[in-house]
Amino acid sequence: MRRSMLFLPGNTPNIIINGDELGADAVILDLEDAVSPSEKDAARILVRNAIKLLKFEKSEVLVRINSMDSEYWKSDLAEIVPLKPDVIMPPKMSCAADVQAIDSYITELESRLGIENNTVKLMPLIETALGVENAFQIATASRRVCALQLGGEDLTADLRCKRTKEGNEIDYARKRLVCAARAAGVDAYDTPFTDVNDDEGIYADAEYAKSLGFTGKASISPRHVAAINQVFSPSQEDIDYAYEVMEAIRIAKEQGRGAISLRGKMIDAPIVARAQQTIAMAEELLMMAGGRYE
Amino acid sequence: MSNKLVKTLREAIELSGLKEGMTVSFHHHLRNGDYVLNMVMEEIAAMNIKGLTVNASSLFDTHLPLIDHARKNVVTKIQTDYMSGAIGRFISQGVMEEPVEFRTHGGRPSAIELGVTPVDVAFIAAPSSDAMGNCTGKYGKSACGSLGYAFPDAMNAKKVVVITDNLMPYPLADWSIPETYVDYVVEVEAIGDPSGIVSGTTKITRDPIGLIMAADAARVIRHSGLLEDGFSFQTGAGGASLAAAKFLKDIMLRENIKGSFGLGGITGYMVDMLKAGCFQSLLDVQCFDLEAVESIRSNPNHQEISATHYASPSAKSAVVDSLDVVILGATEIDTDFNVNVHTDSNGYIMGGSGGHSDTAAGAKLSMIIAPLSRARLPIVTDRVTCISTPGKDIDVLVTQKGIAVNPRNRELGERLRQAGLPIVDIHELKRIAERITGVPQRIEKGERAVAKVIYRDGTLLDTIYSV
Amino acid sequence: MTKIVRRAYAGTIESSDVYVELEPCDCGIDIQIESVVLKQFGDAIRGVVSEMLQQFEVESAKVKIVDRGALDCVIRARVEAAIKRGEGEQI
Repeated sequence: MRRSMLFLPGNTPNIIINGDELGADAVILDLEDAVSPSEKDAARILVRNAIKLLKFEKSEVLVRINSMDSEYWKSDLAEIVPLKPDVIMPPKMSCAADVQAIDSYITELESRLGIENNTVKLMPLIETALGVENAFQIATASRRVCALQLGGEDLTADLRCKRTKEGNEIDYARKRLVCAARAAGVDAYDTPFTDVNDDEGIYADAEYAKSLGFTGKASISPRHVAAINQVFSPSQEDIDYAYEVMEAIRIAKEQGRGAISLRGKMIDAPIVARAQQTIAMAEELLMMAGGRYE
Repeated sequence: MSNKLVKTLREAIELSGLKEGMTVSFHHHLRNGDYVLNMVMEEIAAMNIKGLTVNASSLFDTHLPLIDHARKNVVTKIQTDYMSGAIGRFISQGVMEEPVEFRTHGGRPSAIELGVTPVDVAFIAAPSSDAMGNCTGKYGKSACGSLGYAFPDAMNAKKVVVITDNLMPYPLADWSIPETYVDYVVEVEAIGDPSGIVSGTTKITRDPIGLIMAADAARVIRHSGLLEDGFSFQTGAGGASLAAAKFLKDIMLRENIKGSFGLGGITGYMVDMLKAGCFQSLLDVQCFDLEAVESIRSNPNHQEISATHYASPSAKSAVVDSLDVVILGATEIDTDFNVNVHTDSNGYIMGGSGGHSDTAAGAKLSMIIAPLSRARLPIVTDRVTCISTPGKDIDVLVTQKGIAVNPRNRELGERLRQAGLPIVDIHELKRIAERITGVPQRIEKGERAVAKVIYRDGTLLDTIYSV
Repeated sequence: MTKIVRRAYAGTIESSDVYVELEPCDCGIDIQIESVVLKQFGDAIRGVVSEMLQQFEVESAKVKIVDRGALDCVIRARVEAAIKRGEGEQI
């Protein structure tokens, strides 16, 4: 289950050591924007140690490496891939070739280290106009790609407009990303909410993202995590419906019927897949013993 | 009846008959903005009076000059319920011959009333007073709200001097301490700095870990079986404690629970709860912020109570005895649930019980909220550096990595486990912490006893040694 | 053997971090430690720093540690970063 992803600055021990206590389903240890050029080397070592020695039990671990137009990305991968992080997030992915370049280097590292091929997944960060246009290409460029992440801040710089709380300027990009991701059969993650101090606005922003079809949302502030988790968790209604779907299928199978309909709608494969996913999330949530924010 | 109004502080001290070896007392309602204690002690020092015992309900960094007075033997003994780090450091280094006597906010009035710690001259800083000594903390440029800790001094000291910076025409409307206890009144330019007296507003923590613990604390209360109509509650003024109050308020409003009273240590958050109908009344022994001061002035349901009424174990009854839930802090807690709020892990004095032991003893549910470790130091140890509150009075420890319930309270443990809360044995919490931080080496205790921790009933709970 | 050829530092004095400074010297390993948890973890810190120097085969350096309660893995990371910044030719 990956509803929320929290960026943690890769060179700040204080924040990293508490990383998985903040309630996010995934943490993104950031070697890029959160780290100054003079500290890239130190951050890389710190993040490597953190993954290796701190047990991030409650959160998945992603690492945002530096972009390919920097001198750092290969060292980042060389340092981190041996630790087998769940996902690498390469920034400024603009076309399939970008993804393939990262993919090959990781493959090389995996094979050198005797790690099973394809262990490390990719979540390309789309934050350029070209990247948005090429989103489908990027999503299908490699088997490693498990999701697309939207980067609103840098994107608006490329679009030459202001990044606003309302987000009109990134609306096309959001929708395009979701389309491309779903067409490619992978997940889609929305860009962080801009206002760290707005504890209410985050709900609206997350709800909007959900309504567009995003799987979840990234965040730069721990204060937004609970809201994101809440919004992207299945509602009781969703869960009930999911069980109904599975029940309808079970009954239809028993009766030897092929075509199944529920509440006047035909139940086809995508609906079943969604129902199964919802049930899986519901069970995971139940296991998390009620969650923290009642 | 002659006028009690005296022109100078010196005159008041002279008239009071203060002599070597006597005890003077002060309340701490002006907190770190207080000028009075320093003013009085400076005058006493200038008058060459030595060997005094200072009985101050609490001491803050602003009272650092007390150390100089101690070095010059103006002060030879200190009795207090709380001592901030700057002063505590000197005490821990052994600057005084006689050990400091730490009591609690309930134990202090009890000891004064029973004659264990008799006060010769009480100096009462009063934000407003008339010339006969009817005074209050609710009004004036240096308003501090409740004068709860001043009552026992006013009512039991041999001589009482009121010091005010807002002299009002007789009779003062809405007095707290009546003139019947007062010997002299002195007007000064300023009794304190308003910005140090009350914070503009106390704020809930923004720290994400603090918020998580606060949410868990609210859940513990919710599933404790105590959260129903008639519920009563006290919380500390720290960020996470206040956040817990906010989460609790949300739950109470959602479930339409009408509590009876809020107690404390009152902040704007408690006032919000009163206004929202979560409580019928607030019982206030100390105001922490401007909102609380304004509320105690204007809302008849927000009542001032004396320290005796608040927590004295020798009163026929005290409010803490009727308290359902209290949220407290700790610098250390051991596997027997004994709590330390007097020293840091190195043994330096930087606190004191305040109302800790009293509320823990009285409340049906006493809960500690604390992060599992602070800067590599686990909060759970084998044995606390100093016992401030005995483990038998502590029910729950809430950390971000789990909740420990005192085995004495088996029923509560079961309830909370059933409710799906992450209940962990306290020994396991210690192990979890040490796995992350490493196992800290034990620190050797110093040779000299620098302070005694006297429990609310007058017995010696622990001794603090030099560092 | 790794030679420290220039003064190098890594880490900060923020809470839970450690500032590590290395200076070249002919004195063997000389470690000076300041820490907010000196009494509780002073020995452990010294142990970890020595271990890292050994691991990277640094035989001579003046090491200054200003610790603000950093966990083991952080101390190791900062010492390693400082060594890499200060090292000259590998012999």
